[in-house]
Amino acid sequence: MAEVLVLVELNPADGTVRKGTLEALTAARALGEVSAVVAGGPGVAAGAREQLAEYGAAKVYVAESPEIDEYLVAPKAEVLAQLVQQASPAAVVIPSSPEGREVAGRLALKTGSGFLTDVTEIAADGTATQVVFAGAQIVHSKVTVGTPIYTLRGNSVTPEPAPAAGEEVPVQVSLSDQAKQTRVVDKVVEMKSNRPELTEASIVVSGGRGVASAENFSIIEGLADSLGAAVGASRAAVDSGFYPHSFQVGQTGKTVSPQLYIAVGISGAIQHRAGMQTSKTIVAVNKDPEAPIFELADFGVVGDLFQVVPAATEQIAARK
Amino acid sequence: MNIVVLVKQVPDSGTQRSLDPSDNTVARATADNVINEIDEYAIEEALQVRDREGGEVTILTVGPGSATDAIRKALSMGADKAVHVQDDAIHGSCAIQTSAVLAAALQQMEYDLVLTGATSTDGQVAVMPALLSERLGIPQLSGAQKLTVEGSTVKVERQTDGGFWALEAPLPAIVSTWDTINEPRYPSFKGIMAAKKKPVETKSLADLGIDPSTVGLATATSAVVDFTGRPPKGEGVKVTDEGNGAQELVGYLASQKLV
Ligand SMILES: Cc1cc2nc3c(=O)[nH]c(=O)nc-3n(C[C@H](O)[C@H](O)[C@H](O)COP(=O)(O)OP(=O)(O)OC[C@H]3O[C@@H](n4cnc5c(N)ncnc54)[C@H](O)[C@@H]3O)c2cc1C
Ligand SMILES: Nc1ncnc2c1ncn2[C@@H]1O[C@H](COP(=O)(O)O)[C@@H](O)[C@H]1O
Repeated sequence: MAEVLVLVELNPADGTVRKGTLEALTAARALGEVSAVVAGGPGVAAGAREQLAEYGAAKVYVAESPEIDEYLVAPKAEVLAQLVQQASPAAVVIPSSPEGREVAGRLALKTGSGFLTDVTEIAADGTATQVVFAGAQIVHSKVTVGTPIYTLRGNSVTPEPAPAAGEEVPVQVSLSDQAKQTRVVDKVVEMKSNRPELTEASIVVSGGRGVASAENFSIIEGLADSLGAAVGASRAAVDSGFYPHSFQVGQTGKTVSPQLYIAVGISGAIQHRAGMQTSKTIVAVNKDPEAPIFELADFGVVGDLFQVVPAATEQIAARK
Repeated sequence: MNIVVLVKQVPDSGTQRSLDPSDNTVARATADNVINEIDEYAIEEALQVRDREGGEVTILTVGPGSATDAIRKALSMGADKAVHVQDDAIHGSCAIQTSAVLAAALQQMEYDLVLTGATSTDGQVAVMPALLSERLGIPQLSGAQKLTVEGSTVKVERQTDGGFWALEAPLPAIVSTWDTINEPRYPSFKGIMAAKKKPVETKSLADLGIDPSTVGLATATSAVVDFTGRPPKGEGVKVTDEGNGAQELVGYLASQKLV
């Protein structure tokens, strides 16, 4: 059976495998036998191998070197290119993070291949599905040159275990000078949070301009915490300084596709929809009955968010 | 300091956009085309670096004739000149092919710093800086929320979830910017008038030494097989809060087993 490479992303906090990678492992199985590729500093693979095997990795390639994390993006692309050369896989699947896309692009050039970003599905014949133009259109595409490379949008596939051997295969790392041009000098965490990550969360509660101030975002956080959800924001909320940009949902922010998306005080502009339209269930709270977000909502409350949201938070907490 | 800013013209993201059923490419001819909004932040950043360090800002666009509108806008903001690569053979190119054209154009220019937007709103590929870094052999510092130049070193804060990575590389380098990096200026009346006289050089594939059969739809590295409109969502339930809004909401979540 053909081999399919999956690039692994780990949680920086504890070295466990990120949900997006479990999804990639699951999606990749449609194309062949899965090999996971772990590339990072010495010892990174140790905490991940078992979980990778559980989700279908017959092999786990381990490329460990301090230099991989010291430089941006390029080292991982080089490691993957070396493996593509060695293993001649049927395809490569990478989680669709900013880094994942950039690795995919570089890998495509290195291996003379085509790539497709942000796919939501991969069929056995290699045809991929993409949702484009703010969710208005569904496109089926195929890579026509080289080894197909896909980046998989988060939350598009449900991770399913499929135990496999997880045989560890060490990979020699020797990076070219070109891969060592952009040094990562420091990784700064400004906002520590116990909430799930926006793109991985199964519930997202987002606030918009209607929330009216940074302080008031505690109302959004309160509802999110009662549901174990991530917090998101519209661009108007971000531009007004209510919440940091890395939480922005939409065209120029994150694309999310959770089980449940709750939009609070958000009008539902096309550019906002672009980032959340494929959510399974959409709930909106807005005082304007004509707000476009209601066209999208499975359930909408026309009302003042300052009344509705705190009361809902209390009732959800009371149910526990 | 010579700075080149890559600017793309895209269909307005606030309108209904579609693919052209005749060849499954982005329908640009019928669209309301505008400058890719994030590229304005790259232009602004270039102008600020130029005003600190001296030098020139050149706009580079690969796109159809209509893309001159985007170029004029960039020049009216204050860029000095522009290069417009325009050739019918480019129609339908994939990101990889477009990167070959941009790289060839850049190789004919003098640059210390190349600036791009972090993502285009039509393709939303967000890989052009990585592709050009790979092709040109210059460092990639993508996703910048902050940029500084110190001598021959460029420093960038790459925006991440809940923080940033501090990046550093030698010039020449390619940097992509987010819309958190600055507040783009509006073109002044004077700027708009001045832009009309600024030089815009048009180049064809032949000028760049690119074989036309290596770009365009026929040899793209990926192909759209088919596309369909996403089925409209069925009418949802809408309740007006008369004191019971929260209860209704929680009741709905419970009925869907979401709480
Ligand atoms: C190129 C481009 C890219 C963009 N990218 C993005 C993006 O990534 N993400 C994004 O979100 N936007 C993006 N935008 C901006 C987008 O067009 C909208 O301007 C933005 O989404 C509006 O945010 P909002 O809904 O919070 O604000 P508004 O449109 O001002 O809506 C606020 C809503 O809150 C409601 N409200 C007010 N007070 C209350 C209350 N007390 N109780 C209940 N409801 C209340 C109002 O009725 C209104 O509907 C982009 C725009 C452009 C041009
Ligand atoms: N055809 C093009 N001409 C000029 N610049 C481009 C072109 N395509 C992409 N870019 C630049 O690359 C950035 C990222 O684009 P993308 O990778 O397509 O999301 C854009 O913001 C532009 O700055």
